[in-house]
Amino acid sequence: MKVGVLDYGVGNLGSVLKAVEVLGVSPVLVDQAGDMVRCDRLILPGVGNFIDCAERLTAGGWVDALREAVLEKRRPLLGVCVGMQLLAGTGLEGAGPDNPDGTPGLGFIPGRVEHLSTLGCTLRLPHVGWNSIRNTSPRDALFTGISDGTDFYFVHSYAFVPEAADDVVATTDYGATVTAAVRRGNVWGTQFHPEKSSKAGARLLRNFLQAEPC
Amino acid sequence: MLKVRVIPTLLWKQFGLVKGVGFDSWRRVGPVLPAIRVYNQRDVDELILVDIVAQGTGDEPDFESIDDFGQDCFVPLTVGGGITRLDQVQRLLRAGADKVSVNTAAYDDPDLISQIARRFGAQCVVASIDVKADEGGGWTCFRGAGQIPTGREVVAWAREVEDRGAGEILITSIDRDGTMEGYDLPLIETVAGAVRIPVIASGGAGNYGHMVEAVQQAGASAVAAASIFHFTEQTPAEAKAALAAAGIPVRMPFQPDQDA
Repeated sequence: MKVGVLDYGVGNLGSVLKAVEVLGVSPVLVDQAGDMVRCDRLILPGVGNFIDCAERLTAGGWVDALREAVLEKRRPLLGVCVGMQLLAGTGLEGAGPDNPDGTPGLGFIPGRVEHLSTLGCTLRLPHVGWNSIRNTSPRDALFTGISDGTDFYFVHSYAFVPEAADDVVATTDYGATVTAAVRRGNVWGTQFHPEKSSKAGARLLRNFLQAEPC
Repeated sequence: MLKVRVIPTLLWKQFGLVKGVGFDSWRRVGPVLPAIRVYNQRDVDELILVDIVAQGTGDEPDFESIDDFGQDCFVPLTVGGGITRLDQVQRLLRAGADKVSVNTAAYDDPDLISQIARRFGAQCVVASIDVKADEGGGWTCFRGAGQIPTGREVVAWAREVEDRGAGEILITSIDRDGTMEGYDLPLIETVAGAVRIPVIASGGAGNYGHMVEAVQQAGASAVAAASIFHFTEQTPAEAKAALAAAGIPVRMPFQPDQDA
């Protein structure tokens, strides 16, 4: 299996590559959008700022190439952290008087990315550290073998609020109910960092590589 | 529920790990890579690795070594020492760092924190602040591996790094460093009370009770420690058990669910 880790100029790419390698699969760093179709599964990492990441996706020609690879050719995709937030229709990070409607994302999973404080969280931000997840029922294939209460490593100040509750497959609590993972068909996303979540994260990545897309 | 993290701090000087007292009289405590492997194997919450030579001399970070160290680290790794530019941050993230800590360079160029936060996100920047108590009952920030007073007062500086986009503050008491007499609780409480970002307590932990105090009395979001793990039989796993016994939420090792 050829697993492509998308290199569009951001992200803790070293950590993502190593976490996949340790599962016995050789990942390839994909730095040209056109090379994605040669991969069987795709990981979209992301750290940082939604607007900056979205601009890089657009400037590098990744948006159309991702639509082709993911929506037409049905390649399974896992977005991580900001990589998951980019799956949304709109990101409100950096929204203000100049940019009241926010920034468009890939739109693979309809919804908005909002600041945790607008969701009611009054705790310290960013939300940094290990937090326990709660699976939806039935449990998504991404969480096979991963029970409720398992801790994953989160670090973020914005959260994805999908329009359809069905697209949420795990949540966490941080002064508000926060989307921890999403899934629609062959598109998955985790707000937490599986590549930095030790053994639980390794199990989740293995689940992604084995999951049947539908 | 968010867990309180127990973070071993690894200070790295040329070829090995060291630990000092009061940022001085460094003792060698062993090679870096096996230490990272062991901590990863034991499933610690997170690691902080600081190159104290680079911090003092303005040398480039040692990217090759960081690449080696990251090979066996599947928990969050913060790397510090010698970071003065954005391109260095990008190289460190490619090498296996997840966050960077910035200390000395931020005093010369506070905008560096803003730039890293804009480009890589606030979660990527840990502002490391080293302080000594001053005669007036406050604390003064020191740069250059704790050697050079900056004249900046800790509360004002903590608020400035927060405003500039730091995602966390690692606050270290130079006076308590290596003494194992306990964290400077008034310092931690003052900084945690001054900012809204998470604060990691550092400097002085000598037993698990000190960690409990830092969380329950001073409001730390995480506790960092070095000497306690290098020079005593105490371990991060036992530290977490002690925190749990005191009613503090901590992460327990992953148990695969066989029925699922």
